[in-house]
Amino acid sequence: MAELLRCENLTHIYSPKTPFEFKALDSINLTIDDGCFIGLIGHTGSGKSTLIQHFNGLLQPTSGNVYIRGENIADDKKKLRDIRFKVGLVFQFPEYQLFEETVEKDIAFGPTNMGLGKEEIDRRVKMAAEMIGISDEMLKKSPFELSGGQKRRVAIAGVIAMEPELLILDEPTAGLDPRGRDEILGYIRAYQQSGSRSVVIVSHSMDDVAKNADRIIVMRGGRIIMDGAPAAVFDRADELIEAGLDVPFAAGVMRRLRQMGAIGTSVPSAYTLAEAAEILKKEKNNR
Amino acid sequence: MLKDITLGQYFPGNSVIHKLDPRMKLVLTILYIVMVFTAKSPAGYAIAFGLLAFVVLASRISPKLILRSLRTLIIFIAITAILNIFFTPGENVLFSWKFIKITEEGLWFAFYMILRIVFLIAGTSMLTYTTSPIMLTDGIERLLSPLRVVRFPVHELAMMMTIALRFIPTLIDETDKIMSAQKARGADFESGNLLKRAKAMIPLLIPLFVSAFRRADELATAMECRCYRGGSGRTKYRVMHLRLSDWFAFFLCAALEAAIILAGIYGI
Repeated sequence: MAELLRCENLTHIYSPKTPFEFKALDSINLTIDDGCFIGLIGHTGSGKSTLIQHFNGLLQPTSGNVYIRGENIADDKKKLRDIRFKVGLVFQFPEYQLFEETVEKDIAFGPTNMGLGKEEIDRRVKMAAEMIGISDEMLKKSPFELSGGQKRRVAIAGVIAMEPELLILDEPTAGLDPRGRDEILGYIRAYQQSGSRSVVIVSHSMDDVAKNADRIIVMRGGRIIMDGAPAAVFDRADELIEAGLDVPFAAGVMRRLRQMGAIGTSVPSAYTLAEAAEILKKEKNNR
Repeated sequence: MLKDITLGQYFPGNSVIHKLDPRMKLVLTILYIVMVFTAKSPAGYAIAFGLLAFVVLASRISPKLILRSLRTLIIFIAITAILNIFFTPGENVLFSWKFIKITEEGLWFAFYMILRIVFLIAGTSMLTYTTSPIMLTDGIERLLSPLRVVRFPVHELAMMMTIALRFIPTLIDETDKIMSAQKARGADFESGNLLKRAKAMIPLLIPLFVSAFRRADELATAMECRCYRGGSGRTKYRVMHLRLSDWFAFFLCAALEAAIILAGIYGI
């Protein structure tokens, strides 16, 4: 798998040399390859949002470097826009960025900025709308007529239409009902698998992350404290809780059962409900 | 980027200056402006500078921050200086070339003008640096309260100011966020001619307006839910008292103003 993004000793300090000075990132080293689905988790203020804004050059590092496909993004300021087409970033509550007369035009904003031809733009708008579950009828509406969840989809489609190689989403499911949450995560998953694209989702919801990600990065106080497969990360439940985080519901149940002595320490842990049910069934049959 | 604006910002603290009554601070700021404009002699400017330096030191706010707030207005200061240097008539011509003439009087005048502007900006920033916006509007409301007799809507005005001040940081944050979001979609705010740049603002301004209206609506609902119905019969949570230190500051400033006027008369 080819390397897509690499951070080297990335440090970011907000408002340096004022009373508000704050070190948001502290020498982050990180590599992201093609074709992975990463969950980035951490308590509020742990530096997640600051980190992802370095990935597409919206923030400049105080020290350290960010490389996209081996190219240092700080090398050429003029190329920053091209970087942003490669690394698509969906902010938290992206529905507040909509501005066009119709949904179609709003989704086309990114591709138009890329300087694509009309046919290609149309194709991408159709593709993005279909992928995110936006009907043809909705495309003609004003974005301001839509419900909150629909607006969110339009905003995500607007970034997907740029077909970024790395798609980053900051809390894409915040404030959505459970069904809306699962749908959106499903669409994102589909996008990731439709090419060999990579996705990073920043989330507070351990269950969302556990269900979808194949790699989990945990941040605390501007540093990466864990980085690995979901099973390995959720096995360190005590550390997660210590970092002000949660464990997935199923992992919490297994942990509690173990603490109560209901199951032995040799029983493997689980982080989705289906897995937990499977393990407990096997355990019951063994007795 | 937008977060680096220091002019008109409040820096929380616990100093003597922070603790002065906001009404007194407002009055003293006005008095300081009068001082700067009545200063006519070197001694007068020295007094104005001395007072400013004392206030800055007593407030424990880093002088660097004050210099930084001046930096944003450097162009304005420079233009004023240049205009004064070139267009002040005078006797002692130092340099002349075609229609341009620089006189000794012009140089002095420009120098004093720069001092005045710097004192004005620094002096008035000390008010906002050391007084929270809420205290400030509270102070303004009290000071203007006599106008209620002529049915001037003092409370409503103060409430509007409080709300406006309260939402400046929120809107700056929001602008930053929307700008970043549109940049992430390839929006270009920095290049192109004036027309192109104005057009590029549309994706920023529309969401900003929409969210400002949404916030206003939500705030109105929240205020109504808490039974807000204007100023009549409203009591204050924070009751202001003028203390000894306030009167001391007042008499100190008044004495300095008297000294400045005297220095002007005697031309020291």
